[in-house]
Amino acid sequence: MQLELKNVSYTYGKGTVFEVNALSNIDLAIEEGQFIGIIGHTGSGKSTLIQHFNALMEPTEGKVLFEGEDIWGEKYDRRALRSKVGLVFQYPEHQLFETDVLTDVAFGPKNQGLSKEEAEARAREALVQVGFPEKFYGHSPFELSGGQKRRVAIAGVLAMNPKVLILDEPTAGLDPKGRDEILDQISYLHDQRGITIILVSHSMEDVARYADRLIVVNDGRIPYDGTPREVFAHYKELEKIGLAAPQITYIMHDLAAKGLPVDVQATTIEEAKKSILEALAGKGAKR
Amino acid sequence: MGIIKAVKLCFDYMKYGEDDSKIEKVRAIDDVTLDIKKGDFIAILGHNGSGKSTLAKHMNALLVPTEGTMWVDEIDTSGEEEIWKIRQKAGMVFQNPDNQIIGTVVEEDVGFGPENIGVPTDEIWSRVDDSLSRVGMLKHRKKSPNRLSGGQKQRVAIAGVIAMRPECIVMDEPTAMLDPTGRKDVLRTVHELNEKLGITVILITHYMEEVIGADHVFVMDSGHIVMQGTPREIFTEVDKLKKYRLDVPQVTELAYELRKSGIDIPAGILTREELVEALV
Repeated sequence: MQLELKNVSYTYGKGTVFEVNALSNIDLAIEEGQFIGIIGHTGSGKSTLIQHFNALMEPTEGKVLFEGEDIWGEKYDRRALRSKVGLVFQYPEHQLFETDVLTDVAFGPKNQGLSKEEAEARAREALVQVGFPEKFYGHSPFELSGGQKRRVAIAGVLAMNPKVLILDEPTAGLDPKGRDEILDQISYLHDQRGITIILVSHSMEDVARYADRLIVVNDGRIPYDGTPREVFAHYKELEKIGLAAPQITYIMHDLAAKGLPVDVQATTIEEAKKSILEALAGKGAKR
Repeated sequence: MGIIKAVKLCFDYMKYGEDDSKIEKVRAIDDVTLDIKKGDFIAILGHNGSGKSTLAKHMNALLVPTEGTMWVDEIDTSGEEEIWKIRQKAGMVFQNPDNQIIGTVVEEDVGFGPENIGVPTDEIWSRVDDSLSRVGMLKHRKKSPNRLSGGQKQRVAIAGVIAMRPECIVMDEPTAMLDPTGRKDVLRTVHELNEKLGITVILITHYMEEVIGADHVFVMDSGHIVMQGTPREIFTEVDKLKKYRLDVPQVTELAYELRKSGIDIPAGILTREELVEALV
């Protein structure tokens, strides 16, 4: 198992009157190469959860294991872990700071102790992988559009050659095309490099389309964990905890209620289209 | 003349080099003419960098045109002496809820605006009560804004705008950082304000679903208005929207795909109900 949380709890302000349980007895196992979506309303504990994955936060109770090793063990190299488990924060472009794109992306690998040449080679490779055009390598990152800045920021983490890439709402504030481009690129990285992807998102449509496993966080616990089809079947319960199903799922339920025999677990446009066409063909109507 | 009117509006900004030397002039808005009717719910779509936020900032005189004219309730925004009057008439709500709340208690935050323009104390409190109940946040009035969710913070920000008794609210991606429930609550609140108080709403968004209930939609691209019409007229043009880096609501996209496969349903379906109606 690549990443494991064993009975992890995290309490803010332990021992004070402000004590809050942000995570309660979480058990979670993540296999290499999975594409995981994490959903949960604001304040559900999902940010606290992902910061346990790369040792930015230490559990108050329980253990976090990376490739079988306790990351809070005495001799464990947590600095090296943070290169293996890369975390792209929300609005990562706010963390760009160098004078040109290439230097900014090379900063991480250089910090890992690579020579200037090696670091630059890594940076170039990462920039290609996020689909950033070469003619802008020498430009200031601050002159770029929102979508391009975000690519550069993601490349900065990718240049460290992580095995796991965690992205906290990587598409917030991007236009629909920019959103699709970033997600397609992430999905491509997953397929090509076999990186484990953990995507935190407020868009039910996006996680339905890209993730093969969905983890729902609520009140510091994980009430649902399964394929998008399995998880979104609980759409009524999800609504009670500030979430929803993709719009498609609602349409399928409406159609089924009206007597059209469609697949109510469809979560993407492709699935819905196929199921509706089949159902209509079966009825022999509307053609 | 409508509540917001622009004629041949252009806006240029300067790009500066490392040594503060001017490098080039960039035209962010190019020859925009529009007339927004009082009481309308308007949506503005456009990709990142299309000029929509720059246009929005002209609607309460945060920016003034380089060329052409912008009027808010018949006041020309380029005259500096009228600036506070304009900002009282057109309030603005931004993307990040954490950047626009200044009070340490919800009710104080909402009362800040009216107090600043010298509204008498009794009236401030009655405005605070009214505004908070309009956005469904009255029971949180004594809370610290830190303890609210993103959607609740945005509704407090909206209450702060309403307490100024504005003619219109300009919202620049108010739901971009919110979870699904927060998004729904903010949208519902804005629609209620539009319907019950007749406040003109100008909503900038990247969520196509949020546009469905609007009276009129403008689509911007490289500083121009390139499309306008009702949501149905706009979302019928799936391919054109994609060219402008935009999209259509999922329902519309599914209907479009089904039509392409030969299913006999009308073009421009916008809602779940319409699609279900057409299919069964």
